[in-house]
Amino acid sequence: MSGEAGPGIGGPETVGPGTAAPGTVDPGIAAPGTVDQRSEGLDIRGLEVRYGPVRALRGVHLAVPRGAVAAVLGANGAGKTTLLRAVSGTLRFHRGAITSGTVAFGGSRLDGVPAAAVVRRGVVQVPEGRRVFARMTVAENLRAGALSVPGRRAAAARERVLELFPVLAERAHQRAGLLSGGEQQMLAIGRALMAGPSLLLLDEPTLGLAPLMAARIADTVRQINAQGTSVLLVEQNAAMALALAERAYVLEVGEVTLSGPAADLAASDEVRRRYLGVGVPETDRPVGTDPGPAHERPERTRLARWTA
Amino acid sequence: MAVFLELLVNGISVGAVYALIALGFVVIFKATEVVNFTHASLLLAGGYAIAWLHPLIGFWAAVAAGIAAAALVGALVEFLILRRAHVGSRGVLAIVTIGVDILLTTELTRRIGTEVLALGDPWGDRVLRIGPVTVAETRVVALAVAAALIVAFLLAFKFTGWGVAMRATAEDAETAALMGVRLGRVSLSAWAVAGALAAVAAMFLCVFPTPGLDRGTAAAAMKAFPAAILGGLDSTTGALAGGLIVGVTETLMSGYQSELAFLGRGIGDAAPFLVMIVILLLRPSGLFGTKEPARV
Ligand SMILES: Nc1ncnc2c1ncn2[C@@H]1O[C@H](COP(=O)(O)OP(=O)(O)OP(=O)(O)O)[C@@H](O)[C@H]1O
Ligand SMILES: [Mg+2]
Repeated sequence: MSGEAGPGIGGPETVGPGTAAPGTVDPGIAAPGTVDQRSEGLDIRGLEVRYGPVRALRGVHLAVPRGAVAAVLGANGAGKTTLLRAVSGTLRFHRGAITSGTVAFGGSRLDGVPAAAVVRRGVVQVPEGRRVFARMTVAENLRAGALSVPGRRAAAARERVLELFPVLAERAHQRAGLLSGGEQQMLAIGRALMAGPSLLLLDEPTLGLAPLMAARIADTVRQINAQGTSVLLVEQNAAMALALAERAYVLEVGEVTLSGPAADLAASDEVRRRYLGVGVPETDRPVGTDPGPAHERPERTRLARWTA
Repeated sequence: MAVFLELLVNGISVGAVYALIALGFVVIFKATEVVNFTHASLLLAGGYAIAWLHPLIGFWAAVAAGIAAAALVGALVEFLILRRAHVGSRGVLAIVTIGVDILLTTELTRRIGTEVLALGDPWGDRVLRIGPVTVAETRVVALAVAAALIVAFLLAFKFTGWGVAMRATAEDAETAALMGVRLGRVSLSAWAVAGALAAVAAMFLCVFPTPGLDRGTAAAAMKAFPAAILGGLDSTTGALAGGLIVGVTETLMSGYQSELAFLGRGIGDAAPFLVMIVILLLRPSGLFGTKEPARV
């Protein structure tokens, strides 16, 4: 583990010297002052989540410093969505619960805080699969996103959102269910921005989108971040996520198995092979990087289908 | 013809009152997916409060108090019982509401006893004559008030933050929570609104030509169930249509009872349920609904 990662932070294996950039010491965002920034931003320590008997996360450490973009990669069922649910307070909708560890944002604890209160603390999640309110119009969806903020701020947020996604202004009075997949994703992100979040949680925003639209979403995420919102991005599109993020985490069967500066992860053999679909053939997988008991997750796929 | 018109106007008026009850029923279902069988006792509670209070504070104040009381009872049932009933299935929750209904109704009917309590309304048995048609004033007022309340409700549902929160929750509660909607408040407000609407309905169900509030009033309220169900449990439009269909069918069937003697006596009371069954056979989710009642 590199020195900058700080005590008790980072997964069992942190990408650093030797793995990716021989001779360099973990450059990336893990710069001096990281530990202080962490207490400002999102800070997850030793997180364990269970759905009844199912242990979906175990001992996850993760940090999103204020103003940063962090990415979480992982196969289906790795626990990415679960991680976001633990932050946004929506585990209870799935009969899940945090059984140990902490989630803190801006220095105060989020674990145990109900979802509606998490939003008021400035942390807003864009759920997996968009989940726009299909029977409501685009304008009403945006209004729903602003239910937690006073009218003046909502009007300002609305302006910003429509600037970011002009198509939403054109479709304002159309039912959200009739939008295309890409438009629905823009609406879902726009709706979340209506609350003026300081941290945006994105769950696979490019899933099912054509490459061009995925690239647009990526641009938008960059823009949102440039305007001062931190982003925790969950993606299976590893190439895109690693290009956007400063720091990245690889989640496997509920555990962080790799973490480090995104550039280092993108350069690491293991990530290249397993998540970017390039390099070393599958059969040459070194021992110790076994993806976990296959019987537990039959639908597990290699992420090779996401070619860069 | 005059007879038919009179029956029709009466039917629409009664139907509008049923629609008020059905609307509350639908609002609770939309917000919480609970089929609320406590509704008839909320109505009885509102009616009883009006009957009990009007000699003390006058009719209008009693109506206001009755509305507040029914809203409070609704909110309390939600807060004290349903919110704490951590049962997985909506079906079980529906049965919980039946239990609460039986408790409340038993207590209220015990208090009412065998009496018929007048509400002390200002309309009495006055009638309006419009051409050949004669209608009770109470019916005209009921129609006007119910229509105004329904319009106000629909506007609020469409345009206020409360309405947006309500509809968002109805569509996807988890995502609504991600928007900062406090689901507990949505549910509480749904029960309170339903109680308030039920109290207004109670008032109109207990004035002329009905002699007053008695232990049978809850049975009259039961007719709003087929109204809500045939319209579609999760549709406000359906509640209105269902209320009108039930009101008009019932009134016409009762009015032409002698011509329909072959169907047996009391066909007016059974008609709403017959209509409901026929409609559900043709459209399982009701006229305007998207969710089948079987889901609950
Ligand atoms: N409601 C639930 N009840 C029980 N187990 C669950 C529940 N939701 C998720 N799980 C389990 O928790 C683990 C993590 O699931 P999660 O949805 O977080 O994965 P994911 O990384 O988001 O996957 P995907 O890429 O398919 O979205 C999986 O093994 C899954 O089966
Ligand atoms: Mg997921």
